Amino acid sequence: MQYLLMLYAEEGGWARMSKADQERGVAAYGAYTEALKAAGVWVGSNRLQGTNTATTVRLVDGKSQVLDGPYVDSKEQLGGYYLIEAPDLDAALGWAARCPGSSHGTIEVRPVWSYAG
Amino acid sequence: MTGKTQACLAADAVARRSYGKLVAYLAADMHDVSAAEDALSEAFAAALSDWPVNGCPDNPEAWLMTVARRKGIDGVRRRRSGDAAAQQLRAMLDQHATWADAADDAAIPDRRLALLFACAHPAIDTNIRAPLMLQTVLGLDAKTIASAFLASPDAMSKRLGRAKQKIREAGIPFVIPDLDELTERLDGVLDAVYTTFAQGWSDPNDADLLRRDLADEALFLARLLAELLPQEPEALGLLAGMLYAEARRRARRDAQGDYVPLAEQDISLWDASMIDDAEALLRRASTFGRIGRYQLEAALQSAHVERRRSGRTDWTPEVQLYDALLTLTGSPVVALNRALAIAEVDGPRAALHIVEALSIDKRLAEYQPYWAARAALFARVGNLGEAHHAYEIAVGLTGDPALRRFLQSQQAALLNGGGAMHA
Repeated sequence: MQYLLMLYAEEGGWARMSKADQERGVAAYGAYTEALKAAGVWVGSNRLQGTNTATTVRLVDGKSQVLDGPYVDSKEQLGGYYLIEAPDLDAALGWAARCPGSSHGTIEVRPVWSYAG
Repeated sequence: MTGKTQACLAADAVARRSYGKLVAYLAADMHDVSAAEDALSEAFAAALSDWPVNGCPDNPEAWLMTVARRKGIDGVRRRRSGDAAAQQLRAMLDQHATWADAADDAAIPDRRLALLFACAHPAIDTNIRAPLMLQTVLGLDAKTIASAFLASPDAMSKRLGRAKQKIREAGIPFVIPDLDELTERLDGVLDAVYTTFAQGWSDPNDADLLRRDLADEALFLARLLAELLPQEPEALGLLAGMLYAEARRRARRDAQGDYVPLAEQDISLWDASMIDDAEALLRRASTFGRIGRYQLEAALQSAHVERRRSGRTDWTPEVQLYDALLTLTGSPVVALNRALAIAEVDGPRAALHIVEALSIDKRLAEYQPYWAARAALFARVGNLGEAHHAYEIAVGLTGDPALRRFLQSQQAALLNGGGAMHA
């Protein structure tokens, strides 16, 4: 079963880190990705640009409405994701707890909708 | 202080002191853990409205038991009808008479051990035994237990519910097994307590209160087992092993919150009196002349803290203890730790030989200490490429920020020509 791990964190935190800590942070994510791959769990992952680059689109009264900024303006923002293949939710939660993001933010774990057949 | 606050404090104190004892008695009585928990929580609710008005009773446990049993009897009436209900009610009322007039709670028989044996019954799924004990004997809620075991709160709550249903419907008895069965059945109980402790002891920093508490709860259960089964050397061995480990808790991190490997821990931070208690327990266990897994684990822990006295670690007896433990358990984790002890006696190449052979064991593939050990051994023989890769996986597998930083610095040290000497 596939699970999406959505990594939420306070965006300003990254800019406040020292260069050495940033490098160590990037390396930690790299190692986490390697571990997921070695375990045959990794399906895909990406880091997103900051919410200052976000744009939202929706149709209002038949017309596209485009707005600058993120959909939800909250303290912690979606900053990246991992898509993993895990046998069950507990296994997915185990991987989420190992993600560096769980110590500097919050990880939301959601099963991917599967279509029968 | 208002009557209400006082009543709350009194109820809280009883809950802490006697929850497990009350649930155990009620559950054995009603042959139903859920019904016992429900009846007791109704009784606590009744106490919170009654005590502020009428004052705290002299013997709050007996008061709660009386109310809980009445609630329990109402529950049986609601759920069942006819002969079955009448029979069960008669049995409950008969027993009721035997202790209701008692002046203190010592008169309420301690059936927690029987409850623990019911929770760890072979018919109960291994994975749910420890959570079940924590809920029934300690009164932890499903949400807390789920977080501690990294499971979904909803799923944990359902699994606990199913286990209790099984106890009721399969008629799992609330009894301490006979001597011929005791040793085997006790393994299940000890294993669940050990799992709980390991869960609380494992990686996270002390800041993780939930897990810290879990280690404390496990220690409470282990103390209870050692007290109720003083003739069982394995129960004593389990408590001893846990005390040795707990004694080193504060030394596992330095002032900056960084990870400190066992070999570099500041001995003055170890809890000396806890270690003394552990030594005494282990000595008492050995007088029974029945060695077992938990006594061996405790003996290893004892060897780990030997440098407290001698200033050095003697690895030869450690290897021998691991040999015995491996024969007994066949556990790949034991095989891994044995290899690390062998590295200190016969050198890293001999250990690497074993570690490489273990790589086919799937159970170790996602086990962080395996990769950290592998990395350190490869570093010691100068195979920096393999060491680097193994550190990479180890870093990726740990959820503990302090340990992650430590492993990353070990990995970085490879490039600077420094050998990574710890694991």
